[in-house]
Amino acid sequence: MKRRSFFLVAAGAIVAGACGNRRTAPWRALSPQEVAVLDAWCDALIPSTDGTPGAREARTARYIDIQLTRRFKRFRPQYQQALAAIDRMAAGRFASLTLDERTALLQKIDRGEGDKAQWGQDGGREVFNLILQHALQGYYGNPRHGGNHEYASWRMLGIPIVPVRGRGVGYGA
Amino acid sequence: MALDKVNAVVIGAGAAGPIIAKELAVAGFRVVLLERGRWHSPWECRKDDLRNQRTAILGNAFGPEDEGNPRVFVDDRGEARVVLPSEGGYNNNAACVGGGTLSYGAMAWRFHPDDFRMKSRYGPVANSTLDDWPITYDDLEPYYEKAEWEIGVSGDDSGNPFKGARKKPLPMPPLKPDSIEHQLLEKAALKLGLHPFHIPMLRNSVPYGGRPACMRCRWCVGFACEVDAKCGTQNTVLRTALATGNLELRTNAMTKEILLDPGSRARGVAYFDQNDRLQEQPADVVVVCGGATETARLLLNSRSKAHPNGLGNNSDWVGRNLQGHLYTGAFGLMEQQTYDDLGPGASIAICDYVHGNPSIVGGAMLANEFIRLPVQFMNTRPPGVPRWGLAAKEFMKRNYTRAIAVQGPTQEIPVWDARCQLDPQVKDRWGIPVLRLSGGRHEHTVEIGDYITYKAEAWLQAAGAIQTWRRGGGRGLSGGQHQAGTARMGHDPKTSVVDANCRVHESDNVYVADASVHVTNGAFNPVLTIMAIAYRAGEHIARELRGKGV
Repeated sequence: MKRRSFFLVAAGAIVAGACGNRRTAPWRALSPQEVAVLDAWCDALIPSTDGTPGAREARTARYIDIQLTRRFKRFRPQYQQALAAIDRMAAGRFASLTLDERTALLQKIDRGEGDKAQWGQDGGREVFNLILQHALQGYYGNPRHGGNHEYASWRMLGIPIVPVRGRGVGYGA
Repeated sequence: MALDKVNAVVIGAGAAGPIIAKELAVAGFRVVLLERGRWHSPWECRKDDLRNQRTAILGNAFGPEDEGNPRVFVDDRGEARVVLPSEGGYNNNAACVGGGTLSYGAMAWRFHPDDFRMKSRYGPVANSTLDDWPITYDDLEPYYEKAEWEIGVSGDDSGNPFKGARKKPLPMPPLKPDSIEHQLLEKAALKLGLHPFHIPMLRNSVPYGGRPACMRCRWCVGFACEVDAKCGTQNTVLRTALATGNLELRTNAMTKEILLDPGSRARGVAYFDQNDRLQEQPADVVVVCGGATETARLLLNSRSKAHPNGLGNNSDWVGRNLQGHLYTGAFGLMEQQTYDDLGPGASIAICDYVHGNPSIVGGAMLANEFIRLPVQFMNTRPPGVPRWGLAAKEFMKRNYTRAIAVQGPTQEIPVWDARCQLDPQVKDRWGIPVLRLSGGRHEHTVEIGDYITYKAEAWLQAAGAIQTWRRGGGRGLSGGQHQAGTARMGHDPKTSVVDANCRVHESDNVYVADASVHVTNGAFNPVLTIMAIAYRAGEHIARELRGKGV
């Protein structure tokens, strides 16, 4: 029991430390403007209007920004193009549009109806699906990669957090 | 410069290699086991749902690394592209000590007796290389038993009438069948007149082999077990083999080619050691256990005047008939919560649809699925539910803990053109030519898979599902973690690569003992069959070495 408590405290300290750093660290792959657009994009994919945390609260954009310097490095140009293109569709105000307005614009891209000069031959479908998958990973995946802040999605689903040693560990650690 | 000669060099420490090594080392022979990956210990088990062996979005946890290990994948439009080990087209298994057995879900199936005689039972199938095995279920039965007891299997298949005879029960009882899913599905199967039973698993349900029982966590398939309760080759036979003092395991050792003398004998292998130095390991026999894709690659990369297209390939059978399993089934949403966090999740199965289906060649075992982590469920939805936005989130919120998945591995109909070849250009980081994968599934495989989805759906409906939807499969190339078939076992050198004892027809002293030799891949997870074949081949090789007075 004592041993388990120690692990929990140690793990808690590590998690808290890591999150603390991430909170204050500068963005890594994207500019603050790009992050604002990405954050608004992800918020439309996973909104919080139902009263539970959405992509924004779960720091999904943070997950994507971190991975764009690592595993997803090769997708960086696609991201930058797509974020610029959606913002242009909103006359440079995408981040401050309402949820409904953003949703309407993104539905066009999802259907592949983006301007081909801006979005490529498929009208934006491929990059839309890429960002959707990354957003879902950042929201539902393990917090160690920068998203799912404070287990936001796992709390919403009502499942226990990762047990460090043994099972049946609650959120209280 | 060559190293000291040993009796046997075994390539690959996955499901098969350590068994061969153990059989030979215990019999007193000197063995070197080469493994391209490294050791992983239970306490470095990271419960990382984005980086494990099943969900490799952020990389494979147990190898190979993305860097320096490319393959070429040819898609159904004939377009070739380079793929990384963490991408689907690569058809990766694992590259580490224990191979797939370190992180598998650990279902421990014996194939059905008719799985060894598919052509006799069903007749020839157009556009397929479907055939019988040269060995029968009865030939393998003692070795299945040996695998079950030496490596360790829990479960209880006494309620399954659709199986071959077993002489001995399993050594461990099943885990407590206390999950909500298990209880709902058991009742439903009985109501339908089916025959549900406890899945045999290479997992300790009670302490066994000096290791503890399963702690029922949800981080199972794709992960190394934190408490070492899964039974793989790395924590069983490999330990026994190393304890004899006759085995040397060399990790981070990448085998380049089998060195062939003029004529039909091999003198050993060339490999890159942990410092990337090229070494030559002479041996009396060479045993290849690299898994169906990498074994084919090694044979194709081992050439001589007598074997200009690669060892064992004079009849063009190496690398062909690549097959895995088409998994199809159904999802059901229940009124009540079914999520109880009791791992590993998969626990109950039926074999009623493995054979004897009308107008169908073979069939599939059906079982409930391992616990799906949220990232594995996030793209699951019935038709009509949007992929994103509030409705998608609401669906997940309401149904993640109310869903049951039932699915099964369709026994695939082998296809000659589903194959691995060497790519003419792309090489790995050691400069060794890599595989080029091409071809796809037989159309009847997809038909069988579709048929199975209806059976899965009916089971879920009987269990009280308020909504169900079926998930079939496509004709894309199959291999993955159940990869098999690329060095077929048979009597005729014109239509197979190895004989019934796993010896390459074209060589006196090279053996292949892994899923490559499977003629067909059963309607089940293949690992226990791989293990049984390895025990049988190991025993045969020991007898041969002894006969030659080594």
